[in-house]
Amino acid sequence: MAVSKVLMPKLSEAMESGKIIKWLKKEGDRIQAGDILAEVETDKADVEMEAFGAGVLRKILSPAGSTVPVGSLIGVIAEPDEDIAAVASQAGGAPATPAAAAAPAAAAAPEMASRPAAVPPQPRREDPAARTPSPSTGPTAPARVAAAPPAAPATALRPAAAASPAPGDGGRLKASPLARKIAAQSGVDLHVVHGSGPGGRIVRRDVEAASAAPAARPVAVPVAPGVEFEDRPLSQIRAAIAKRMPLSKAPVPHFYVSSEVAMDRGWSLREELNALEGQPKISFNDLVLRACALALLQHPGVNASFQGESIRVFYRAHIGIAVALEDGLITPVLRDVHAKSLGQIATEARDLAERARQRKLRAPEMSGATFSISNLGMFDVTEFSAIINPPEGAILAVGSVRTIPVVTADGLGVGRRMMLTLSCDHRVMDGAMGARFLQDVKRLLEEPLRLLV
Amino acid sequence: MAVMTYREALNLALREEMARDDRVFVIGEEVGLYEGAYKVTQGLLKEFGPRRIVDTPIAESGFTGVGIGAAMVGLRPVVEMMTFNFAMLALDQIVNSAAKMNYMSGGQFNVPIVIRGPGGPAHQLAAQHSQSMEVYFYHVPGLKVVRPSTPEDAKGLLKSAIRDDNPVIFIESETLYAIKGEVSEDPEFLIPLGKAAVRRVGTDVTVVAYMGMMYRALEAAEELAKDGISIEIVDPRTLQPLDSATILESVRKTHRAVVVEAGAGFAGMGSELTAVITEQAFDDLDAPVERVTGVPAPMPYARNLEKAKTPSKERIIEAVRKVCYANGNGGR
Repeated sequence: MAVSKVLMPKLSEAMESGKIIKWLKKEGDRIQAGDILAEVETDKADVEMEAFGAGVLRKILSPAGSTVPVGSLIGVIAEPDEDIAAVASQAGGAPATPAAAAAPAAAAAPEMASRPAAVPPQPRREDPAARTPSPSTGPTAPARVAAAPPAAPATALRPAAAASPAPGDGGRLKASPLARKIAAQSGVDLHVVHGSGPGGRIVRRDVEAASAAPAARPVAVPVAPGVEFEDRPLSQIRAAIAKRMPLSKAPVPHFYVSSEVAMDRGWSLREELNALEGQPKISFNDLVLRACALALLQHPGVNASFQGESIRVFYRAHIGIAVALEDGLITPVLRDVHAKSLGQIATEARDLAERARQRKLRAPEMSGATFSISNLGMFDVTEFSAIINPPEGAILAVGSVRTIPVVTADGLGVGRRMMLTLSCDHRVMDGAMGARFLQDVKRLLEEPLRLLV
Repeated sequence: MAVMTYREALNLALREEMARDDRVFVIGEEVGLYEGAYKVTQGLLKEFGPRRIVDTPIAESGFTGVGIGAAMVGLRPVVEMMTFNFAMLALDQIVNSAAKMNYMSGGQFNVPIVIRGPGGPAHQLAAQHSQSMEVYFYHVPGLKVVRPSTPEDAKGLLKSAIRDDNPVIFIESETLYAIKGEVSEDPEFLIPLGKAAVRRVGTDVTVVAYMGMMYRALEAAEELAKDGISIEIVDPRTLQPLDSATILESVRKTHRAVVVEAGAGFAGMGSELTAVITEQAFDDLDAPVERVTGVPAPMPYARNLEKAKTPSKERIIEAVRKVCYANGNGGR
């Protein structure tokens, strides 16, 4: 058995360097040709790196977290008794050290925290790569990285599009001829199929799995941690709407859908919850936050952003909460609302709102929302329409809970009602989509036990 | 039907064809008095006499040339090579005379000759006597090349070769002479040249193999079946002309192919099979065609090294798993 070098593979045409996310084998492990040695993050995707030689993984020369140029020696496979000193000494190629890679991120965090006022809100079009969780970034990293669970396993980062080039980027998609033929026949888009063959090659079983489970779209399905969105190509109609709508109302073509919500049961539930000792006080707005977050997961088309050539659909609900200030308005962002209990939402929303009024928000807390809520109920506003906060695709305007005469089965009665008005970006969605979302929000609020499960 | 050895099947084919057509005669070293180095011509001298069973000096080029000349003037010679490795001494006669005579004479002369004998790896016959000689011949336009794997094929194909009006290279195997199988005793039982046989029906991978390798593939099939991988084994039987239709039909069903040959892989039969499959069934392939070939080195005499050079059941299994993506390389 010859000593075999493990080199950073060139996994795409444009790839110049790759970052080792993690080693799946450790020094001393026996390796068969074809074993997956490590996961590598490239400019496009996270890719599993195969072993080409067999033997024992004698030496790992580039630890997890390091970024090294294509072709650099990153490890050595050999039999236990073989002398690898000569080969191992060839390591070089000036690979960036993990410390160097992690340093800018670590340094950036305190800097941002120290001058919140001067820092403009982060642009919300986030670079997908920057959101990829990486072991080198801890909890002190900037919010856009910390937004992902720090311990997210990189293996989970291989859904659909991750292993394939994004549409239109000219990357070569690897698929067996048969897989291509079957995909063409069954209408499966190979760009969203994960390839299980060598080097990510899409083979028959992958296409068959994809066509057997077409519903494996993001809707409501728990998405792999770390994956925040997907870019869906614009349909023809969508592209046409996208072109024309801004001409009627620049720059964002708004439309509005309103619905009246019976808050009788929500009222009682809130009273019951707030009677519990040692629990944070729940506001109506907290109920609305929770309802919206759950509904957004069901309606990713509403949790979406217009990106010019595509619509970015978010898998997580980061909700901006409009907070009125003396001289204006600020919208702190409550992250991952879908994953938080009512109590958590109440506590964190109150904290954000208070710090917003004190102007003590940190920059990351003011950016990254995928949807917003504006509540003027405390001002006895019955209903109103809000302006969308670009690049978000929608905002919900919440009115006050009013006690009014209502028609019941028995005749006339007294009920508690609240008006909701959703402002929608017509480039992203249509009326029915917004209406269905609103219908679900209404249902969640009218059957409020759903907010607790 | 009768159960007989591969050797007996060849002997029967010769006897039947000599009895059927008195233009057929056998010529070669030790074919008469000694009854063949591998006893394929046993009893023929006694039955047909020395005018039709002709012993020659050790002079391959000479007796092959005699055979070609006889064929040109209307006889149907069967030339025996004691081993096919010795056919290299007659290569000029075979390639430049037998293969080209019909073309160069403008169709005035056919050369209905059969040149037969054992070839390929056997048991410790070493570097000069273990070569897979078919590669030297199927490249030459004008020659047909047969490699029969079973007793029945040996008989049916040899009879077709003798009746064919073109020169036919018919390469047997030392390792197969003693194997037994059912063989038709019908004197008109023929297997056409250019027709492959499906030796085992399967669904997941097509394995193309002949001679000893076909038997390795059958063993591999048993083992793979335990893991739920079903392989279909196609034996081409005739390498030139090649029955690509049967091979392609199988590949279009299984979507994966492994080709096996005992000889070194470079520009070997596996290369040709791979090219045919890739050119004609590209859109049906779910994996690149995998070749299993001999190691490109002279055959060692040592038994362990001989084994290492020659494709094994294990290497066939490995290749099958690879095309199924069941090798740990990205699959399972």
